Amino acid sequence: MNYSRASGIARFVLLLLAIVFVCASAICGVYINDDTKLNGIFEDGTIRLGLDLAGGSVVTFQAETDDTGETLDVGMDSVQTVMRDRLDNQGLTEALCYRTGDDMITIEIPDVDDPNEAIENYMQTAVLEFRDANGKVVLTGEHVETATPARAPAEDGTQQLCVQLKLTDAGATLFADATKTAAANGTTIGIYMDNNLISNPSVDKQYASTGITGGEAIISGSFTEFAEVQQLAGNINAGALKYDLKVVEQRTVGATLGENSLSTSVIAGAIGLLLVIVFMCIYYKVPGVMASISLALYVGLFFFLLIITQANLTLAGIAGVVLSIGMAVDANVVIFERIKEEIDMGKSAKAAINGGFKRAFAAILDSNITTIIACAVLYFLGSGTIKGFATTLFMGVVISLITALVITRALLYLCVAMGITKPESYRAIGRRAK
Amino acid sequence: MSKFHFIKNKKVTLTIIAVVLLVGLASFFIRGFNIDIDFSGGTEIQIDLGTEVTKEVCDNINDIIADKIGSDYVSSTTKSTANSFVAIIRTGTAALDTEQQATLENALVEAYPKTNVDNIELTTIQPTIGASLTKKAILAVSIAVLLMLAYIWFRFELNSGIAAVACLAHDLFVMLAIYSLFQIPINSNIIAAFLTILGYSINATIIVFDRVRENKKLDGGKSEFGEVVNGAVHDTLARSINTTITTLLTIGLIYILGVDTIKDFALPLIIGILAGLFSSVFLSGMLWDSLNKVIKPKAEKKAK
Repeated sequence: MNYSRASGIARFVLLLLAIVFVCASAICGVYINDDTKLNGIFEDGTIRLGLDLAGGSVVTFQAETDDTGETLDVGMDSVQTVMRDRLDNQGLTEALCYRTGDDMITIEIPDVDDPNEAIENYMQTAVLEFRDANGKVVLTGEHVETATPARAPAEDGTQQLCVQLKLTDAGATLFADATKTAAANGTTIGIYMDNNLISNPSVDKQYASTGITGGEAIISGSFTEFAEVQQLAGNINAGALKYDLKVVEQRTVGATLGENSLSTSVIAGAIGLLLVIVFMCIYYKVPGVMASISLALYVGLFFFLLIITQANLTLAGIAGVVLSIGMAVDANVVIFERIKEEIDMGKSAKAAINGGFKRAFAAILDSNITTIIACAVLYFLGSGTIKGFATTLFMGVVISLITALVITRALLYLCVAMGITKPESYRAIGRRAK
Repeated sequence: MSKFHFIKNKKVTLTIIAVVLLVGLASFFIRGFNIDIDFSGGTEIQIDLGTEVTKEVCDNINDIIADKIGSDYVSSTTKSTANSFVAIIRTGTAALDTEQQATLENALVEAYPKTNVDNIELTTIQPTIGASLTKKAILAVSIAVLLMLAYIWFRFELNSGIAAVACLAHDLFVMLAIYSLFQIPINSNIIAAFLTILGYSINATIIVFDRVRENKKLDGGKSEFGEVVNGAVHDTLARSINTTITTLLTIGLIYILGVDTIKDFALPLIIGILAGLFSSVFLSGMLWDSLNKVIKPKAEKKAK
């Protein structure tokens, strides 16, 4: 065995080990320390499963309003804030809440006991109320023009977190009256959001005769983080909303239905992958075996991308993944057919591989760009499941290009370096060209 | 066996397409389409009643809907093909609100105590949303096709772009025919299915056209264009078939093992892939050649 052959074998083994390492870490996860780690693909929670797989509800609400343009935009943002807030309050931090279209908002909640009850709850308009010591409502969200989170100097000189309220004219009068009473009696004014006490400020004695006039008020309290006042201000602003919501779209999927479709799709993918590998190895011989190794890397890299991008994997998305496995070998097929032609022209193995890749490149580039065009259109115009499908298909196309054009090529050259130089070993099954 | 000549046997190709066209159109008119609530709007509930869903059960459920919610909401109640205990209840284009859903659920539990309310699949879509989805779907497909046409025009020539788009139209038509023939519910997944086949089929066509481009250059204008095209189709035939095989291996398994919703997604894809194989091999080159005879391509670009 000469030196170059030994070095070829060594490099081949190294590349193979690297591929095994990538696949193994995608499946088992990577752990460096608690901050730097990735979970394996099959571990619970690694992949965000779409609702059609994980179970749960996705609901789209439409605002019943005549507002348009910026007014509507601002209004819908605050609707989103309220929704988000309510989801978080229920511990559903995993839930998604996003705007769809100008006047619509979509929430995705995981499997809850009674989705209908939950949805009814989210549809309620957030009601902000100021109540006096007797529990009488003195001011509502309708009287608040804006609430802004802020920092204001406190008596002891430190910066204190607070929420500044700007009241409407009617609100200003009501507020002055209420604060006058509260200051005189030494009582507090409770600020309630949907009947939950969020702040209970007291009114300084100095306002006992006039009340707080000017239509501005400050809510300070035991806030420790800016986020708290931000949220409170957001709530108050949201409470000032008057949009009624109606359900325009609702999908609820039971968890077990989703589980079944996930496991069968994974099994289908695994068997399909195996069949593709068997086919490639028999039909394309050495290049087929190398393409299969590349395909394993393709799957490993795909898993990594799914983990890193936190892709929301839906049923259509999984179909996209599995379909892309079949399509991933296309670039290899195009190249191997070219290699076969080169060999039939009497070229050596190395020259045939070189020529095959070179001559196949234009076709592979053109054909994949058109698929990417389809993905881009799907991504920008589609919604929900369609977007997920486009993302996975796009990732599949890009990774398949890399593995076919770079990895398979490197592996094939290493095969030649290892001493597999008989052109026949690289020639696909099929009739010989004249 | 002499090789099949794809250009000289134009009639074979055209006959096959004519038959497909006739069958498809007949199905469109006779069977129509099974438009899912994604597009039409309405409410669909899949619920496990814990008992065999018979014809009587379905009728009874329709009576319950008429009684508790209103006869306007009665549309169809059928047995799921996947699980004979699961009933699929659909209201017409009138969607149920959450209160009506709860009413129906309670009534079902009362009538069928073994009903599993925890594992219910429910979809409600207002008709307005369906209309906007239709618009979006048509827009997405049109934009994708136009962009592809532009790309092929840029990389090849206009006639080849038109031929490629005609192949796409053929493939999408075949898929639509399958949706109609097998009454596969047309839901938002059809957009993903269409665009996948769009990408797949154009991919196959471009591989053929790339070979035409290359062979034409090698030939140097000695042979007729039709001969060059026929040669290119044969040169790429192994690739066309093998890629179809590998793709069908994976999507076919999804079809065989998958659940109902996945089957409904996989079948049109399988048919679309086969249609894409047919159109790229038989139709694409032939059309390009025919178009070149009608509209002469601009003065041949000098090979660089």
